[in-house]
This record gives sequence, C-alpha cells and structure tokens, in this order.
Amino acid sequence: MRHDHLITSKQLSREDIETVLDHASEIDADPSSVAGRHAETLLGLLFFEPSTRTKMSFETAMKRLGGDIVDMGPVDSSSVKKGETLADTVRVIEGYADALVVRHPKQGAATMASEFVDVPLLNAGDGAGHHPTQTMLDLYTIRENAGLDDLTIGIMGDLKYGRTVHSLAYALTNFETQQHFISPESLQLPREVVYDLHQQQDGAGIREHDSLEEILPSLDVLYVTRIQRERFPDENEYQKIAGEYQIDADTLEAASDDLTIMHPLPRVDEIAPEIDETDHAAYFEQAHNGVPVRMALLDLLLSDDKGIRGEADE
Amino acid sequence: MSDEHDHHDGDADHELRVSKIRDGTVIDHVRGGQALNVLAILGIDGTNGEEVSVGMNVPSNRFARKDIVKVEGRELSQDEVDVLSLIAPDATINIVRNYDVVEKHRVERPGVVEGVLSCPNAGCITTGDEPVISRFSVLEDGVRCSYCETIVRDEIASLIDT
Repeated sequence: MRHDHLITSKQLSREDIETVLDHASEIDADPSSVAGRHAETLLGLLFFEPSTRTKMSFETAMKRLGGDIVDMGPVDSSSVKKGETLADTVRVIEGYADALVVRHPKQGAATMASEFVDVPLLNAGDGAGHHPTQTMLDLYTIRENAGLDDLTIGIMGDLKYGRTVHSLAYALTNFETQQHFISPESLQLPREVVYDLHQQQDGAGIREHDSLEEILPSLDVLYVTRIQRERFPDENEYQKIAGEYQIDADTLEAASDDLTIMHPLPRVDEIAPEIDETDHAAYFEQAHNGVPVRMALLDLLLSDDKGIRGEADE
Repeated sequence: MSDEHDHHDGDADHELRVSKIRDGTVIDHVRGGQALNVLAILGIDGTNGEEVSVGMNVPSNRFARKDIVKVEGRELSQDEVDVLSLIAPDATINIVRNYDVVEKHRVERPGVVEGVLSCPNAGCITTGDEPVISRFSVLEDGVRCSYCETIVRDEIASLIDT
C-alpha cells in the first residue's frame, strides 16, 4: 500500500499537478462519480491555528466522498494546552484516523509531523511556510480561467509572510509562466523563496516590482493577498502602504478585459466590493474550488493504487 | 600538509609555541580565528580535562594566517570531520599515534549535518520542545534547515548547538 504526504508544492512535478487537477475536473463535472468511494474513512483535522475555508472545505470534501472527520477542536480545549508536543499529538490521532490534515503556526511543522506517522498527512499551512492544498485550488482556478501555460501573473500584497504566495510561486515554475511579484519593499518575497524560484526556473520568469501600475496591462491573472495590520509598527505607515496595493474600478481601467482577479480570502479592503460583480472577479469561485480539489487530493491519497506522485514514497 | 609533523610550511619557529602530541588529532590549516569554534564543534571546553593546544593566527604559507588545534587522546569521527568542514573547509586532519602521523585527511563537505546546528529561525518547529533532531542540508555557500528551509550563509559557527 502506498501512502504519500502532501507537505509542499515543491515536491510536485507538472505531471503530479495535472493528475490532481484533471481528477478535480472529473469530480467537478460529475460529483456522483466518487460519491461513497471512501465510506467509513475518517479524516483527522488538527488545526493549531484558526481556519474557516480550509477546514470546512476539507470536512465537506471528506463527507462528499462518503467519509467523516474527527476534529481535535480548538487548541485551548485540547491536550496541546497541557504542553503536549505536535509529535505526540499526531502519533495519537494517527490511531484514530486514516489521514491527517495539519495546520500549525511553526514553519516545518508538517515536515516534522510527517516523519512521525504512516498515514497520509496533508499540510494545511505551516507558519510562513507552505499551503499546498490552497495552491492546488489556485492552480485549478487559474487553469479554468486563463490556462497555466503562456501565463503572465501578478502576485501582489504580503509576499513575505504569505504562505499561499510561496506555495503558488513554486508550483508555477512547472509551467510556462511569467511571474511578477508586487509588494512594498518591507514585504518582498523572502530570499529563500527567491533562491528556490531561481533554482527551479533559472530566474527567467521572475520579476519583482514595488508598484502594480507598470505591469498591470500585461497581466492575465492578478493574485491579491492581504497586507496585515500587525506587520507594521504604526497605524499611519500601515494605512499609507496598504492603500497603495488596493484594487478598485479605477485601478482596473488600465487592465486587460480578460484579467482574472484572485484572492485566497479573507479580504479586508484590498479588493473593493464593486469588483465582485465584474467578470474579473474569480475569488469566490476560487474558494468554492476548494471542495472538488480537496476531494481529488483525498481520493488520490487514500486510494491504495493511486497517490499524487509519479514515484514511490519519500 | 601538516606543519606540525612535516615541517613543509617552513615555519618551524611557531611550532615551539605548541607542543607535539603523542596520540590524538592535529587539525591544521584552520582559517585564522576559527580555532575556538572548532573546539566548540568538538564539544571541547576543557572541563573534562582534555589536553588541548591551540595556535591562533600563526603565519602560514597557504593562508596569511591560520589556526591549529591539537587534541591529545582523541581521534575524530567522520561525523565530527563532516561538521568541521562547514567552518574549516581547508582543514587537514592528522591522526597521530606514538608521535607519528598515521592518517591524514582533507575534510569533505557532507550533504547533510544532523544534530549539530540550531536553527536561527524562531518560527521553526525545531526551536520548540519537539523531539526532533536538527537537520541542515549543506549548500555551496551555506547551510539550510531541512524543516523551515531557512538558509544561513554567515556565521554558521554561531549556530553550533553547545
């Protein structure tokens, strides 16, 4: 029996990604094709940080496959509060569930946890590190709206701490994409991430900018992330900088008619509500895609003969 | 080549400053100023009574200045040599028995070092109470935490877990 973990999008080849996205398309077109396929399967949810979309869409996905979830619940009411290590927690819950989903505030948490368990483990976010299941639904949404090759994408906002950005950028190096990273200087991509992107793509498709203006007309997709108040020492500085990275109808006058706007949500005021009703807005569709994509991931990881990777276990 | 036993560096004068050893290890051609870090890597701080001689910033033909460390009664393991390579990539290791050099090695950089360095990223899972051994992959110009992926290029010796 093979069991893969999904820890980072870096571990995935183009072929792996396409296997997942193709399966998600099949499920999206005909959800009944997998209904009940994983009856009596239990998915363990270990969220050491708050989550709405990721957690609920995993729960929905597992139930739509015929299975159910067991949830550790909030950290405050769990054994973590008593000082239990993550290594112990996952080893205990491994005995209750057939696969685990882990979100944790520390970077590298999913990598470490996966070394202690034999069931498939999916990383649902590890600090400022990775969020590969979000990446898969982002890629699915991009493919549906703009295609993944010959793509010019702008990724804007908090690129330093935004794990969805890091995971997406790695995955896109498998495709013929131009990636433009737009952020204030203080929230640029971590040098580690730039190093990896250059390693994977020779740096050819990577550009960094401090303003959207110069690059907006050439974009097929604009992926916006939230700039968080707590990243700035004072309120004025935050207001000034965050204001420069907001999108409204005026901003979009310079954009292509076909521009797709995405956001991992939750948003605060980075995208004005007036955009929601335009053809540009894909962020709610993106959130909905979390279900078929996570159904596809779970189906592949939980099936004895499939897996998401072309090669055997790590 | 070992200055201590082969006298090829032509600086026999400084050798009088540190005595020859009978059985143990001479770590030669350590970059100037790194000798104390070499001892830290080896976990030698003198409290266990080890007989240790250190020469720092002595003249050398290969470098303008080098350090040399001699440890009596201790032969380095491969793991120890691997880690030494991170801060002393040009070092030569001479194993001495009965005053003769019986083995001479250049250090080689390993692919991975485990359990020796601490990750400097406070947000890394290895910095908490988890039962995990630190692991760093060795890059051409630094080391990288295998868990949080932080890259460290400067002052690697400051990460040594003592």
